[in-house]
Amino acid sequence: MQFTFTHEQEEFRMVLRRYFAEASPPAKVRRAMETEAGWDAASWRAMNEQLGLCGVAVPEAYGGQGFGFVELGIVLEEMGRALFCAPYFASAVLAANAILNTATETQKKVLLPGIASGETIATLVWVESGGDWSPSATDTIAAPSGPRFTLSGTKHFVLDGASADTFLVLARAKGTKGDTGLSLFLVRSNAQGVTRQPVKTLDPTRKLARIHFENAQADLIGEEGAAAAATVKTLQQAAIALANEMVGGAERLRESALEFAKMRVQFGRPIALFQSMKHKQAEMLLDVELAKSAAYYAAAAAAEGDPDLPALASLAKASASEAYLQTAIHTIQIHGGIGFTWDNDTHLWFKRAKSSEAFLGDASLHREQMMRAWDDEKRERA
Amino acid sequence: MSEITESSLRAEVRAWLEANFDPELGLVEWRSKLIDAGWGAPGWPKAWHGRGLAPALASVVDQEIRRIGAVGVASAGPRGLAAQTLLAHGSDYLKKKFLKRSLTGEDAWCQLFSEPGSGSDLAGAMTRADFKDGEWIVNGQKVWTTSAHHADWGFLLARTNFDVPKHQGLSYFIIDMRQNGVTVQPLRQMNGHASFNQVFFTDAVVPKEHLVGELGGGWAVATTTLMHERRGFDAAGARGVVPPKREGRIYEEERAEAAVAMEPYKWYPQRAGRVDLILKRAKETGRIKDPVVRQEIAKLLILARSAEWTARRARAAMVEGRPPGPEGSLGKLAASMVARACARVHTMISGADAMLSGADSPMDGVIAEVLVSVPAISIAGGTDEIQKNIIAERVLKMPREHTSVDALPFKDVPKNVIG
Repeated sequence: MQFTFTHEQEEFRMVLRRYFAEASPPAKVRRAMETEAGWDAASWRAMNEQLGLCGVAVPEAYGGQGFGFVELGIVLEEMGRALFCAPYFASAVLAANAILNTATETQKKVLLPGIASGETIATLVWVESGGDWSPSATDTIAAPSGPRFTLSGTKHFVLDGASADTFLVLARAKGTKGDTGLSLFLVRSNAQGVTRQPVKTLDPTRKLARIHFENAQADLIGEEGAAAAATVKTLQQAAIALANEMVGGAERLRESALEFAKMRVQFGRPIALFQSMKHKQAEMLLDVELAKSAAYYAAAAAAEGDPDLPALASLAKASASEAYLQTAIHTIQIHGGIGFTWDNDTHLWFKRAKSSEAFLGDASLHREQMMRAWDDEKRERA
Repeated sequence: MSEITESSLRAEVRAWLEANFDPELGLVEWRSKLIDAGWGAPGWPKAWHGRGLAPALASVVDQEIRRIGAVGVASAGPRGLAAQTLLAHGSDYLKKKFLKRSLTGEDAWCQLFSEPGSGSDLAGAMTRADFKDGEWIVNGQKVWTTSAHHADWGFLLARTNFDVPKHQGLSYFIIDMRQNGVTVQPLRQMNGHASFNQVFFTDAVVPKEHLVGELGGGWAVATTTLMHERRGFDAAGARGVVPPKREGRIYEEERAEAAVAMEPYKWYPQRAGRVDLILKRAKETGRIKDPVVRQEIAKLLILARSAEWTARRARAAMVEGRPPGPEGSLGKLAASMVARACARVHTMISGADAMLSGADSPMDGVIAEVLVSVPAISIAGGTDEIQKNIIAERVLKMPREHTSVDALPFKDVPKNVIG
C-alpha cells in the first residue's frame, strides 16, 4: 500500500493548487453559486482544455489520461480545497465510474470519450424521494419498448440534474424488488417525457434537481437486471472520491482559521497566544490529518483493487464527514461574530461540509456499513 | 569513491552478515563485531561507529539484519536516548566512554528529568548540583524513573545556578547510579503495578568530565533527549517488541535482556486500550448486535485505523528523507484518543462485569486492567495539553507566550510546596 505520494503526484497537486487558486477564488465561487446551473461554462471548458481533468482516471482506450484513483483523489482534494464549482463530481466521478462498472465495451467506447473531454456532462440518477442511498430502494420502472425501454418514475437529489445533458438512470423491471431486476439506462435530458425541476439547496455550490420520467425513451447500459452490484461499487468509489474532496475543504478551513487567529487582536494581543486557541488548533490539525490518512488510504485501496474496499470506502466517508463539519464549526467559532456573516467566506465551506455530510449517506450509515462489511468478511473466513 | 546504492549496500551487508553472524556467539561479543564493522549504527557518523548513511539506506541494513535473523544493537529505551543525546552534545571523552557500551547493551541507563514539583514544567527542576573540590555534588529527588533499579548510569537534569531565569540555570550530567548517594524506591501506581521509581540523591557525586554540553546549557541538551523520546514513541507505538523464539546462545541472551527491559512495560498494551480485543469481546458477549454499541465500536475502529495510517504516512515520509509533515507530531495525541475510546467501549461491552477485577472479571482481569491503566497514556511522556502546545507552537507556528515569571531569577519563581 502506498503511504506517500510520488514526486510526480506531488507536482501534479502543486499544478492543480496553483490553477484552482486562480480559477476558483472565493469571488468566482460566489458568482457561480448565484447562477441556476451553479457553475460557469467558460471555466469548465478552460479547465478541460488546459488540464483534461475529466479524463484523469478514464483509461486511455476510452479517451482518458489513464491515471488511477490516487490521481483522481488529488484532483478532488484540490477542487474541494478551492470549492471549484463544476459538474465534475456528477460527470467524472459518478457517471464515468457507473459506465466503467456497468457498460459493455462498445458502450464505453461511445460514451466515455465525451465525458473525458468534458463535452458530455453526465450524472448518475438513482435516489428517489425517500432519500435512501441504496440502489435496492429503486422504484422507477423500466418497461421494454421494442429494442429500447421507457422509464417511469421520479428521482430526487440528482447532482447537477438541471444542467447535465446525459442521465444514467437506475430503474427496475416491473414486479422485481431489492437487488434483482435493476438495470442502468441512458436517457438524454432533452428526451420526451423528461421533466426536470431544480430544488433549492442549503449548499449553493452543489445544485440538485428532481427529475420526472414519464415513459421517457431509454437505452440499456450493460446487461439487463445486473446493475445492483455495479452500482454499489460505483457508490463506494464515489464515497472515496467525496472523502478526498472533503479533506481538501477541511484543510483549507483549518488553515484559514489559523491565519485568522494569528492576525486577530483582542485584549491587546493576537488571539493565537491564548492556550484555548492553541489547543483547538491542535485538535483541528489532528482531526484533519486523521481524515486525510483515511481518505488517502481508501483512494490507494481503490487504485489497487483492494477486496476490503466496501469497508474502507465507508470508513473514509464517515471520517471525512465528521472532520469536515467539525473543522467548519471550529473555524466559524474562531472567527467569532465575523464568522457568522455572509461576507466572510467560511460559510461557503461550512455549507459544503454540511451537504457532503449527508450526500451518499451520513457518518452513522457508513459506520454501520463498515461494521457489516467487516462482520460479513469474518463470517466468510470462518 | 563510488556512490552507494540500495542494491550495492544490500549485497554488501548481506555478504558480511552471512560470513560473520553465528547464533552461538555471546550477545556483547556479536554486537561488538557488528559495531566495529560499521553495521551496528550505520546512520551514525563515521567517527563514531557508523557509516554516515541517510535514514533510507540505514533502514536497508536493519532489514537485512532482520531478514537473516541476526541480532541488532541495543537501541531501545533510555539507553538509546542516552546514545542519541551524547552523539549530539557529548564531549569526545564521553562519546568514547559510553557510545559503544550503550550499543552493545553492556550499560543500562535511566532518565532523571521529572521531579515531584516539576512534571510538565520540566525546566522547573529543583535537584541541585554544586561544584565542590573539583566535582559535582548532587542533592534532590527525581520521579517516574523507569528501570532505575537496573541502571548503571543515569542522565540527569539538575540546577547549577539559582540566580538566573529557570531555563538558563540547568545543566545535564551523566551520573553513576551505583553509588551510596543514590537511593532507588519503587512507586506504586493506581493500577497496582510499580513500574517506575523515585530516586533520591544525597551528596551523590558526578565527576566534572560528566557534564554534557555547556554548563547552564542543560535545557538544550534535554530537548534533544525529549525529541528522540517522542519520535521513539511514534515509531514503537504501543507494542512491545518481543524477540522471536529461536535456538542459540545469542537468542537466549537477547531474550533475557528483553525480559528485564520489558518488565516495566507489561501493562502498556492495556494502557493503550487493547483495541485488538474490541470485536472479539463484542461478539462473545453478543453486544455486537446492539446498534448503539456498533456505532461506538465503529467510531473507535475508524479512529484507530486512521491513527495507524497517519503514523505510517509519517514513517514512509521519514524513510524517503522528506521533511517531516504535521502528521509526525500527532501520534501521541491520537494514541490518547484511541485509548480513551477503548476504555469507554470496553465498558459498554462488559456492562456490569466492568465493576469486577482480577480472576472474577472478563479475560482474567485484562479488561479491568485496561480500565485502570488508560488514564496514564495522556500523561506519560508529556501530557496531552503540553503536546497540544507543542503542536500549536512548533508545527502551526502560533506565537509563544512569555510571562513575567520566565524572566525572574529561578530562586524568586513561585514553586510547589513538597512533602
